[in-house]
Amino acid sequence: AALKRRVRFQVSAALKEGHVTPTELCQRCLSLIKSTKFLNAYITVAEETALKQAEESEKRYRKGQPLGVLDGIPIAVKDNFNTAGIETTCASNMLKGYISPYNATVVQKLLDQGAVLLGKTNLDEFAMGSGSTDGVFGPVRNPWSYSRQYKEKSVPKSHSEDEESNWVITGGSSGGSAAAVSSFTCFAALGSDTGGSTRNPAAHCGVVGLKPTYGLISRHGLIPLVNSMDVPGILTRCVDDAAVVLGSLAGHDPKDSTTIQDNFTPFELPNLTDVSKLSIGIPKEYHAPGLSSEILALWSKAAELFKNAGAKVIEVSLPHTCYSIVCYHVLCTAEVASNMARFDGLEYGHRSDMNKSTESMYAATRREGFNDVVRGRILSGNYFLLKQNYENYFIKAQKVRRLIANDFVKVFRSGVDILLTPTTLCDAVPYMEFIKEDNRTRSTQDDILTQAANMAGLPAINVPTALSERGLPIGLQFIGRSFQEKQLLTVAKWFEKQVKFPMIQLEEVKRHDHNAFQHQKSASFS
Amino acid sequence: WEPVVGLEIHAQISSNSKLFSGSQVQFAAPPNSLVSFFDASLPGTLPVLNRRCVEAAVMTGLALNCSINKKSLFDRKHYFYADLPAGYQITQQRVPIAVNGSLSYSLCVDNKMSQMVTKTVRIKQIQLEQDSGKSLHDDTRSQTLVDLNRAGVGLMEVVMEPDMCCGEEAAAAVRELQLILQTLGSSQAVMAEGQLRVDANVSVHHPGEPYGVRTEVKNINSIRFLAKAVDYEIQRQIEELESGGTILNETRAFDAKLGCTVPMRDKEGKQDYRFMPEPNLPPLILYDAKSLPANMNHQQVVNIDLIHERLPDLPSVKRAKLVERYGILPEHSFTLLNEDGLTEFFENVVKQTQMKPKKVIGWILNDLLSYLKQHSLTVKESPVSSFLLADLLNLLEKKEISSTAAKHVLAELWKGERKTPLEIVKEKKLELIQDQKELEQICQAVIDGQENEVMAIKAGNLKVLNKLIGLVQRETRGRSNPVVVKQLLEKKLSQ
Repeated sequence: AALKRRVRFQVSAALKEGHVTPTELCQRCLSLIKSTKFLNAYITVAEETALKQAEESEKRYRKGQPLGVLDGIPIAVKDNFNTAGIETTCASNMLKGYISPYNATVVQKLLDQGAVLLGKTNLDEFAMGSGSTDGVFGPVRNPWSYSRQYKEKSVPKSHSEDEESNWVITGGSSGGSAAAVSSFTCFAALGSDTGGSTRNPAAHCGVVGLKPTYGLISRHGLIPLVNSMDVPGILTRCVDDAAVVLGSLAGHDPKDSTTIQDNFTPFELPNLTDVSKLSIGIPKEYHAPGLSSEILALWSKAAELFKNAGAKVIEVSLPHTCYSIVCYHVLCTAEVASNMARFDGLEYGHRSDMNKSTESMYAATRREGFNDVVRGRILSGNYFLLKQNYENYFIKAQKVRRLIANDFVKVFRSGVDILLTPTTLCDAVPYMEFIKEDNRTRSTQDDILTQAANMAGLPAINVPTALSERGLPIGLQFIGRSFQEKQLLTVAKWFEKQVKFPMIQLEEVKRHDHNAFQHQKSASFS
Repeated sequence: WEPVVGLEIHAQISSNSKLFSGSQVQFAAPPNSLVSFFDASLPGTLPVLNRRCVEAAVMTGLALNCSINKKSLFDRKHYFYADLPAGYQITQQRVPIAVNGSLSYSLCVDNKMSQMVTKTVRIKQIQLEQDSGKSLHDDTRSQTLVDLNRAGVGLMEVVMEPDMCCGEEAAAAVRELQLILQTLGSSQAVMAEGQLRVDANVSVHHPGEPYGVRTEVKNINSIRFLAKAVDYEIQRQIEELESGGTILNETRAFDAKLGCTVPMRDKEGKQDYRFMPEPNLPPLILYDAKSLPANMNHQQVVNIDLIHERLPDLPSVKRAKLVERYGILPEHSFTLLNEDGLTEFFENVVKQTQMKPKKVIGWILNDLLSYLKQHSLTVKESPVSSFLLADLLNLLEKKEISSTAAKHVLAELWKGERKTPLEIVKEKKLELIQDQKELEQICQAVIDGQENEVMAIKAGNLKVLNKLIGLVQRETRGRSNPVVVKQLLEKKLSQ
């Protein structure tokens, strides 16, 4: 039973040694998904196909010929990645029931390595949002809402009110994936990251969230939000696991012309002991308005940690940080308006019954298929792209983007290796509070610390650091140089080791878990 | 009035697969059988540039004397239409692949083939872009049928500046462009199959005054109709302005049946295409021998200089060579190139006959070509092969038959009965009389029978000799050589 708490690396060893079979592993995860259904982390659970994949994997292990470290490992994929034969909805009415005929490159790569695809995870509709609350399948609940750590710290109004009104959000938009990893239903999950959509929920759910360098991992099959900023994101329970998944996904894809052509060699992370040669930059602009004093303190503590270990820690400046949100707003909405133009009901997806004319059919289809958030961004985006506005908005925003990217270039050129920043302004807020503000306001607030890395295309990672006063996870972010994932992850791994982030103690789940596994032998691992 | 005509020409690139996806390019395939995931705009699919299409555009740019932009960009042009699945077309609006070229073409002055003038039209640019699918409106069932086979096929849009002044010039320019494209192989440019589409921009103004409002004329399906449409539109605009009216900046369709242009109904107000850079395609970088980095994978690179070296002879060069090699007239070379396969036919005949090319050309252009035109046949479909024609011309050259007889034989050959010219000559008894004595006898008989004419000739009216020659021809049923007959008659009459 304790098996699934393990990180993937250890599970892999267990699979190899036959302590547990892929089928057993798969079944346990599927069972756990069922018992944590209230989290609403999954939109589709692909039980049949997952078990088949597990069976195939088992055959290979029996022959002693596993495909690799990922063989038999249960994974989940955000529902904006195409999966052949399995519904891909983007949490939107527009694509409800849509079964793609092809696998996204990253999905195919995982399957080729023998990974077991458990299902598709929940998100904000078309990845627009920072709470994973605005999808048509409902909001995702942060597993930490049901942790002993959170319950101990929260003041219950009354017993019954407790769970139902107090649960906190996962953050977004890859909330389902983060919750899935956090609640042990899978060992790794794919998310996407356009403005922080992998790192933000990773921070709130206490898991590792990696945003790779733009162009390192193929976007073919990832339904785009902003083509020039989107990357597939990796969510795992430890940094080593993220490195392994990265190793299986990175590299040039001829189907994606924005992937770099250079050869990529997967790496194993060294166990860094000496950080004295490292130069850590602390960007002062990331002390943003609204940053909780708690997180500010944690950030300082982390900086101290590096300093005491011998690293050079210096304050740096990224002066155009404050413009990144407004710049993102223009560029994101413009690309959204363009990318969503294909949803007209003709070739696939939802088609309205309105048939008075083609135009009226388009209008009705798009009104029925998209939620307010998507429609709002389309309207904004079209406005910015109008001939009379293009120069003042789109071109201007592109220029500001260049300035933001140059800020990072200058800082890295000055000798800084890695930047250390907070990932979020505060810990996860209760859902009831989150929905008091609209999606746009929330996104504007929540993306501030993560957005600039997408502007500049840089790799960044959230590492769970400590629990807040409310017993909820707080993560810190490392931002690295382009294509220097190895260095970034090495430092992150060192940091992870230092902070020893506590494991979630899921009470609710434990109860269910116990019932399910009553009759099973429990393997012993220490 | 000074008419001003510019052209926007879309040429479908001749390639195996589409501009940004691997689905096949093929004319008249079953509907929706050549549609890849990308062509259908399935979410998550991405464009991948087709190298052959880039090469075709570079070839065309070089052939049209353009500067090739070593860095060009792709953009999205947005509008909603059933045959545009993504809701946008990928094109090159900001920086196209080739700019600032020129095209020279020739016209006959006053319809006389013997007087040709060369004109030039500036090429503003050539850009790569996607073709749209096809939509067919079924009004009876109030539905639209969409076929995406053509969606995503590569196009080269060639923009010709308004340097032309009438339908004839426009037609000649397009014809020359068509020949160039076909010679390069970058497009098959067959208008009937939609591989070459022409839109004309027409306006009129008084010399010295600024250009007038222009209209765009679409739906032109052949070069002939292009000339008609342009000329009609010029006329229409002149009449409109002279009667005090104004010209609207509108799009009009050419109605081939009525021979006029009519306003197109579906453009309500101006469209804002909301152009945006295509984020999934990096800038297109082309290299030449100088700029090519040493360690580049050649499969990944388009080298302008290499393409330049491999350019075939363009039509203008081919024509000049024909004139030089065979001593034919320039206007002959135009006709030869204008007919598919005719140059080859001509050259084959020349190879197989002793007759001088200058004489052969007459038979090719006057006899062979007019026959083919009368029966709407292409050169390939000719029942008379170059071998047979050469054979016939050899008989003529060896003076075994007269040219009149040769025409008879040719008429027989058209029947395609597989007889050789010699067989026909023997069958119809068309050989020239070689027997001098026999000829003399016939001449004498004619002289004897035409006293008045003889007297007239002896009196100095030499033209009447032709009548006698004609009578001898009739007597011999065309089997006498008029030159020889003339000599004989003259000899006899001078005695």
